[in-house]
This record gives sequence, structure tokens and C-alpha cells, in this order.
Amino acid sequence: MSDKTPLIQIKHLSKAFGSLHAVKDVSTDIFKGEVVVIVGPSGSGKSTFLRCLNRLEEPTGGEIIMDGVNLMDPKVDMDKHRQKMGMVFQHFNLFPHMTILKNMTIAPVKLQGKTKSEAEETAMMYLQRVGLADRANAYPNQLSGGQKQRIAIVRALCMAPEVMLFDEPTSALDPEMVGEVLKVMTDLAKEKTTMVVVTHEMGFAREVADRIMFMADGQVLEEGTPEEFFNNPKNPRLKEFLSKII
Amino acid sequence: MTEALYDNLIAKDRWLYLIRGLGTTLTITFFAVILGIILGFLVAIIRSTYEKTHKLKILNVVCQIYLTVIRGTPVIVQLLIMYYIVFVSMSSKVFVAVIAFGINSGAYVAEIIRGGIMSIDNGQFEGGRSLGFSYVQTMIYIILPQVFKNVLPALANEFIVLLKETSVSGYIALQDLTKGGDIIRSQTYNAYVPLLLVAAIYLCMVMIFTYLVKQLERRLRNSER
Repeated sequence: MSDKTPLIQIKHLSKAFGSLHAVKDVSTDIFKGEVVVIVGPSGSGKSTFLRCLNRLEEPTGGEIIMDGVNLMDPKVDMDKHRQKMGMVFQHFNLFPHMTILKNMTIAPVKLQGKTKSEAEETAMMYLQRVGLADRANAYPNQLSGGQKQRIAIVRALCMAPEVMLFDEPTSALDPEMVGEVLKVMTDLAKEKTTMVVVTHEMGFAREVADRIMFMADGQVLEEGTPEEFFNNPKNPRLKEFLSKII
Repeated sequence: MTEALYDNLIAKDRWLYLIRGLGTTLTITFFAVILGIILGFLVAIIRSTYEKTHKLKILNVVCQIYLTVIRGTPVIVQLLIMYYIVFVSMSSKVFVAVIAFGINSGAYVAEIIRGGIMSIDNGQFEGGRSLGFSYVQTMIYIILPQVFKNVLPALANEFIVLLKETSVSGYIALQDLTKGGDIIRSQTYNAYVPLLLVAAIYLCMVMIFTYLVKQLERRLRNSER
């Protein structure tokens, strides 16, 4: 944890779908440069929690404070704030009618006032880094799942976000493609990118996370460093969860 | 045979009925298509915005009423109402026909485009919004280009229907292609030549239009591979 003031403060966040409480009163701070990994059984509310952070899912209660602004304030320009919160989805959500390069440059050009050549230069730099520079003019349909997800990650990075949110980024991939995506994420973590990652990849959590949060039934039941988390779990639900997956 | 052709087309410049009728038919169709697209597009945007965000509630109700009334009544009746009730003092019958057919077509176009918007995976909306695009920007840059490609065949079909539907313009004494052929028939007492010719002209126009749409579809498809 490289910074004393949290980048994002989450206070008593809840989300209810009718009578179903997917997220119940979750509070936590996310610090600059920190990698927070959220794990838990399916239906535990971890994806919903993550999607509430940029209000892709509308929270039903609580506060999210980023850069001193409460994102739950109805007067807040959420579009502006989403530019600072990159998001990577399980199903990539690349735009199929645009080339890779266009996928990566459209938002910086239209939203940040970059020129086309500036944006393309940044995009090419990122493509180089993930080893896909030769696919710049391809369309998403021509890529494998792993390639698509790497593109989705760098597309979000092109907006120079302050935090990256990952919603099960490897869950829709064939097993042999998981590694290449995790590698990109590990590199990002090494560069001190602030990341919140919902995943089932325990190896990644153990090696890369600064902090792991265990969610079940919409609540955070335990959180701690990877060592504490894997070697000395306290909550019985977590013990049961770990025994099933390891 | 030659005599029949001469009698129906050359004599007294009767071919002019067909040419002028064709011109009227194309004029009505062209402007009605444009009006239909504009109306249909607006209604589709309002309806799908309501379905996705629950905003624009009142406009959505207005659109629902429009769709119900227009799709629930025959186009000939709508045309007659326009001519004899709504635009009583309007001298241009072509204008009345354009309005009537345009409003009619808009209802069908609206449902085609709305279906296209709703068929786009919600992940595309989320992808756009997560980058910081507003709802409107996401629609313009990300959703609608994909919708356009998907609904093109259905839209083309609607315009073919519209072109042929204008053949009822004779009900308000407009001399469109169909009426032109019918006038020739009434003068020469020959049904075969004018009516078959009229049919052939409609067929040709639809075939040309279908060909053009196919070209457009192919070009749109190429941009993805």
C-alpha cells in the first residue's frame, strides 16, 4: 500500500434486486497502487459489488468516494468519472464493427480530445506491449478469446484510468488462453496500477494480490494478505470455500 | 399485337400516363420513405430508451398509441382520412399521400429498428458506458452502426412494401403508375397491355432496388472480415 489516503472509499454499499440483497453493507478502502482481489462462491455478490463501483449497476445505498467526490451524489457527472475507472468484462465487450485500433482510440479521441494520431500512438504502444501490434487493423471476430481480452484490457488503459476494474476476466476463456491474460494483469500490477479484480484464479490471487476479500451472501466475511488468507483462514465459510477449490 | 401496343402506348401519347404515373409513384415513395425513416427512428429511440432506462415515460405512451392506431387500421383508410378530414384545404395530393404513407411506414420502421436495438447484446452498452461514453454517445458510436447493418434486410423489405402500397393513391384521385395504367385501360378497353406493363414496371423497380440493397449489404459485410 503505497499511499496513505485511499483512492476510493466505499462506505456501507448495498445493492438490492427487489427483495434479493446482492450486496449488503460493504465498506472498504482501495488505496493507490493496490491490487485487491475479490473471491467467493458464485452468487456471492462480488461481480455486483464491482459493477456498483462505476455504477454500471446502480447501488441502492451507501457511498463511493473517489477523489473527494461522492459518486452516489445524483449531481455527479458519472460519465466523467467512468473515464477514470477502466473496466474489463468477462465477455470482452469489444465493438465488433470497429478495428482493434478504432476500438482503442474512439474513446480517447471523442472524450479526451486527443488527436487521432496521438491516440493511435498510445494504442500502438500498448498493442506492442501485449504483443498484438500486428493485429491493429483486424476486427474483433478475427481474434481468439485470449487476444480479445488482452485488447479489452489495453482499450481500457488507453483512457489512462486511475483504477482498473476486472470482472472475471478469464472466466470465458479456454484454459490455454488464461495464462496470457493473467500475464498482462500481473505486469500491470507490477507497475503499481490500482486494480480491483473479481476472479476465480487462486494462483493469481495468491501471487499478485496485496489484499484478498472473501465475499459470500453479499458480505465481506474476511479480508487479508494472501498469506493470512490462504494459510490461516478464520471464517468457516472461507475454510469451506478454500477446501473445495484447492 | 403491334396494333394493341400502338393503340395503348403511342396513340394520343398514352405512354405519358405511365411515365408521369411512374414519376408520381417514385416521388411519393421517396419522400414517404424519408419521412418513415425519421419518424420510425425517433419512435424506436424513445421506445428502446424507455425499455432500457425507464425514462421518457410519457413520450413512450404517445409512441405506443401511434403504433397501435397506425398498425391497427388499413392504410387506405388512413389515406382517405388524411385527404378528406385532416388536409381538406390542401391542394397538393402528392403532399397528402407522402404524409399518409410516411406516417404509416414510420410505425413499421419503428418496430424494425427497436427490434434491432434490443437485439444488440447489453455488453455493448456496458462496454461503451464503462469507457465514459454517455447514453447518447454509446447509441451513436456503438449501438446504431451495428443496428443499421442488422436491420437492413427488414428495412429494405418495408420499403418494397411501401412502394407497392402507394398503388392505392388512386383512391384520392392521384394519377400514380397504377392509376395511369387504369386510365389507359378505360380509354382503349384493352386490359392486357396497360395492366401487364404496369405490373412489369413495379417488378423492375423492386428488382433494381433489391439489387442495390444486396450490394450495400455486401459492402457492410466486407468491412467486418
